[in-house]
Amino acid sequence: MVNIQMTGAQMVLKAFEDHQVDTIFGYPGGAVLPIYDELAKERDTNQPIRHYLVRHEQGASHSAEGYARSSGKVGVMLVTSGPGVTNAVTGLTDAMMDSIPIVCISGQVPTHLIGTDAFQECDAVGITRPCTKHNWLVKDINDLSRILHEAFYVASSGRPGPVLVDIPKDIQFQTGTYIGPETVKHKSYRPKLKANIDQIDDALKLIADAEKPIFYTGGGVINSGNAAVQLLREFVRLTGFPITSTLQGLGAYPGDDSQFIGMLGMHGTYEANMAMNECDLMINIGARFDDRITGKIDEFSPNSKKIHIDIDPSSINKIVKVDVPLIGDVAHVLEDSIKLWKSKVYKINKSPLKEWWKTIDKWKEKDSLKYASDKNIIKPQHAIQRLYELTKDKDVFVTTEVGQHQMWAAQYYKFSKPNRWITSGGLGTMGFGLPAAIGAQVAHPDKLVIDIAGEASILMCIQEMSTAIQHKLPVKIFIINNQYMGMVRQWQELLHDKRYSHSYTDALPDFVKLAEAYGAKGIRVQKPNELDKAINEMIEYDGPVIFDCVVEQNENVFPMIPSGKAHNEMLLGDETVKEEISDEGKVLV
Amino acid sequence: MSEIVSKHTVSVLVDNEPGVLARVIGLISGRGYNIDSLTVAEVDAEKHISRITIVAPGTEQTVNKMISQLQRIVPVKRAANVTFEKQGIEREMALVKIVSTGEKRVESMRLSDVFRARVIDTTHDSFVFELNGSPRKIDAFIDLMKPLGLSEVSRTGVVAIARGTEKM
Repeated sequence: MVNIQMTGAQMVLKAFEDHQVDTIFGYPGGAVLPIYDELAKERDTNQPIRHYLVRHEQGASHSAEGYARSSGKVGVMLVTSGPGVTNAVTGLTDAMMDSIPIVCISGQVPTHLIGTDAFQECDAVGITRPCTKHNWLVKDINDLSRILHEAFYVASSGRPGPVLVDIPKDIQFQTGTYIGPETVKHKSYRPKLKANIDQIDDALKLIADAEKPIFYTGGGVINSGNAAVQLLREFVRLTGFPITSTLQGLGAYPGDDSQFIGMLGMHGTYEANMAMNECDLMINIGARFDDRITGKIDEFSPNSKKIHIDIDPSSINKIVKVDVPLIGDVAHVLEDSIKLWKSKVYKINKSPLKEWWKTIDKWKEKDSLKYASDKNIIKPQHAIQRLYELTKDKDVFVTTEVGQHQMWAAQYYKFSKPNRWITSGGLGTMGFGLPAAIGAQVAHPDKLVIDIAGEASILMCIQEMSTAIQHKLPVKIFIINNQYMGMVRQWQELLHDKRYSHSYTDALPDFVKLAEAYGAKGIRVQKPNELDKAINEMIEYDGPVIFDCVVEQNENVFPMIPSGKAHNEMLLGDETVKEEISDEGKVLV
Repeated sequence: MSEIVSKHTVSVLVDNEPGVLARVIGLISGRGYNIDSLTVAEVDAEKHISRITIVAPGTEQTVNKMISQLQRIVPVKRAANVTFEKQGIEREMALVKIVSTGEKRVESMRLSDVFRARVIDTTHDSFVFELNGSPRKIDAFIDLMKPLGLSEVSRTGVVAIARGTEKM
């Protein structure tokens, strides 16, 4: 047991060491100088903490997310008081929405100045209360080590999420007793990991009786870890059922497997959405019936029984009422399910399942991801398809910004492993992709990391190019450049009679020169026949690349379930957009 | 599930730590629920546990959702619906000031007796009554006092507990 005297700043670093944190993302400032001072002193030790200096605290938060999402570890960030914290709010909210474990250490003005509107003071715990899973203001040096250990515990257990520890500057200087993590136990927070075995049995009976079943899996599988992914694959193969995934869940089940019928939801495949609509049993594993998934809620999968596995009890019956809730960790629940399935010798209802697959194959024939190709201008879908084909033999980590390019990436880039697909799903944060790619590259220095971006999104955190250069992180930024905020333009076309209000970006930078200005490589491609060669050039370049892929401006993301419509009212392409979208639908986002 | 909007009493046991009330209230307002009354006090000085009692209008379903959201808050230990109709006991205390003279003053005194209210302060022109009971009883008393010189009311909000051997 460690019970030693040290300063608050030293405690922060000691806690990092005790929680196996070797990497942090941060930006110094007045209120965190003591901690930065310790980082400087520590630089000469055997295993110094690697600190990645970002260019904006939003970058630190997304980098920490990219690091966490790609590695399954907790992402750690260090920011100063006031603007340091407020700049981090977007990333914390993003991590909250997508359940990503982040520990944010923020400096605060000294305790005697709190509440006086001191320089760079803000109510950090007040501002971040709704966008963290939990947060703490440390007022006593002897609470600090306990709080730091609780912070790591709360961030990473149960449904993961971001936490913030706000440490006033005088506390960082004070000396107190450091208690080791092994002696600290949170007073009351104990998430339940195993589900009730009788309820699991109820679920298995439904699975054995099902005639038109479907697995609907989400980010919870990936958050649960590698064991969950392996168990999911085993269970899905054991049953032979079709499986679809949410945006966050991609990669948990191999995207090129025959049982995988594509992503579902607003821009999901026809077969996945139709199967959700017509199934008689839905097995939701670690997903949350998000509004992008359900479409019109009263017409969502009207004839199915529903099983819902989730570690967060508040997700159960939040939006859709389910028949069998299984509250627990995905890996634990699946492990028990597979054991029980085998021991009770349950059998699948084979002949109706065969018929169900025939129906699904019919839907597949619609080929809902087809698009008209063009010899003269690059279609964005084609660009991503080529990127996939030319990189699929490598172990690639893909991040995205938010918008059309994100949906095309989800549709045309197939993932066979978890943690390879890193995208802002819940909050939909433009500017996420580049700093997230930096975080992923830090976690996987030898892997290929690509940020599939839009020309509008990338400009929201473009300053992080400088971070990539400084820390020699060879991230590749693949910009689908259509000069529009494409998804905004698409909605304006479909919902607002083509009044393209402020969605066109005039005066874009020359991305090649921009890359060069930062010290990176810039590549521009305008012709389909130049694409492959340029992509290979990007992959082979040892350093960051901005790839400006100039594409067709008016391309829309299809298929699409318009707002306020049900799964079986999908639009498959431009020619199918006839019906006016109701006013009720327009209100939705 | 019932679609009827009615008042629900929700009891929440929390670790008594800084900001815990702000977390509970912030969640309730942030998710669009309303609060009719709220009380909070430490109930276990050794373990530092506080009990928060919230009265909120809503359908059974919305209140159940609110309860599961509350359970997500890290320092929340338990949350439950302890509405009167669900075998709960609810009590509230009120201080009611009456300013009047003559016949009205006598009548207010007589009614306070019926309601078992205690006089805890008096001048020649005023009384302050202390009254305990269900919120409905207090509502009724206040209504009766209106024509008799009702000047000011202060209420604690509801506290509640389950009947019988049941424990939260």
